[in-house]
Amino acid sequence: MTPTPNILGAGSVMLAVLKREVALGLRQKGEVLTPLVFFMVIASLFPLGVGAESGLLLRMAPGVLWVSALLAAMLSLQRMFATDYADGSLEQMVLSPTPLGLLVLAKALAHFLLSGVPLVLMAPVLGLQFGLDSRALGILMLTLLLGTPTLSLIGSIGAALTLGVRGAGVLLSLLILPLYIPVLIFGAGAVEADAAGLGFGGHVSLLSALLVLSLFFSPFATAAALRISLE
Amino acid sequence: MKTSVTHWFKFASPQNFYHLAGKLWPWFAALATVLCAIGLWIGFFVAPVDAQQGQGYRIIFVHVPASQMSMFIYLVMAAWAGIGLAFNTRLSGMVASALAPTGALFAFLSLLTGALWGKPMWGAWWVWDARLTSTLILLFLYLGFMALHASIDDPRRADRASAVLALVGAVNVPIIYFSVKWWNTLHQGASVSLKGSSMASTMLTGMLVMVVAFWMYAIAIALFRVRNIILDRERHTEWVKHAVA
Repeated sequence: MTPTPNILGAGSVMLAVLKREVALGLRQKGEVLTPLVFFMVIASLFPLGVGAESGLLLRMAPGVLWVSALLAAMLSLQRMFATDYADGSLEQMVLSPTPLGLLVLAKALAHFLLSGVPLVLMAPVLGLQFGLDSRALGILMLTLLLGTPTLSLIGSIGAALTLGVRGAGVLLSLLILPLYIPVLIFGAGAVEADAAGLGFGGHVSLLSALLVLSLFFSPFATAAALRISLE
Repeated sequence: MKTSVTHWFKFASPQNFYHLAGKLWPWFAALATVLCAIGLWIGFFVAPVDAQQGQGYRIIFVHVPASQMSMFIYLVMAAWAGIGLAFNTRLSGMVASALAPTGALFAFLSLLTGALWGKPMWGAWWVWDARLTSTLILLFLYLGFMALHASIDDPRRADRASAVLALVGAVNVPIIYFSVKWWNTLHQGASVSLKGSSMASTMLTGMLVMVVAFWMYAIAIALFRVRNIILDRERHTEWVKHAVA
């Protein structure tokens, strides 16, 4: 039996993986909606916890929304590889002639589309509840748009490392949350810096730099971790 | 040349390293004890009282070495983890996992002594400043490494998975450090640098002695711990049965 030649380029394979992930995600509507509801619930708990004083809420809003978004994005990370691991399609991906790093990149991108983009769209609604003005809402959305793909990419490393491990959920948060700190700092800092008259350009540049760095490096780490988990 | 290279690689075998570590660790432990005694004696009895901080500054004789070691051990751990991944050597992963608890201990000690110093000097046990926060995050990274290692049953797989994590962490440590630094800073500048020191010379001597003492302690305890890990992992082999008997 001769092996069939690999007629698909890496780009079309990545696109196919991306389409498959998005299709699977959209069929399981709960998987997309649950983190989103979680995001709203967490953000709504803060005013109940610290009091509804408008000045306080206004100052806290970027940080609260960012922390909530971070936790919500983490909630869906575990499933990034778990179902494919369970039904064996992950092994096929590892064996495929397309570099594993590129497939992982497509999966992380799909995670961003399914968990990051809804958070970006939901954030201004919650921001209004905290009394942010339209300029701050715009900056918040921009930083989330730049930051959530980084969260998906870094998170994919943790998801791959904890694949098939006891207590994976809690472990994943312990491994990944410390690595999320720079994104949180620059994401939440942008709104505050702009309100203080410092401009948000620097923060946005740093968030973009983090995105580029994680785009380049995290697929390697994730692919290595997947190979270790599957051996 | 060739012979000396093979000679050194001999110790990549857990069996040979077990015996080497057994010979070495008492020396490092003895040095650590002696230097620690000298350093603390200088720190408590020889070094003068600080003009601004009074007696309270004396905690730096423990605090500064502990902070340095906590950062340095992470890099050493990540380096061994990387070597283990690249060359698939068994011993490297064992050394990395032997270093992790010591690094975590030093990070914790650094935070604890920092808090004890901060209360009289800053009036607060904890301040959200760059160095405190990044040491706390470093402690989390150590805990994550150990938790991941502990949750995977197969020790070889655990070594390699946590090696990936250690390398990812090592890349992130500077990013985290600078992001936290730009976020907020209140900590005083570094007292010791390559250009010179703003400290009295006896204080500096005491601190450097303590730094060396902590180095010796870290090496001794890591060798001791790696011996136990080797025994545990190789318990099915003949040589371990002879070594323990």
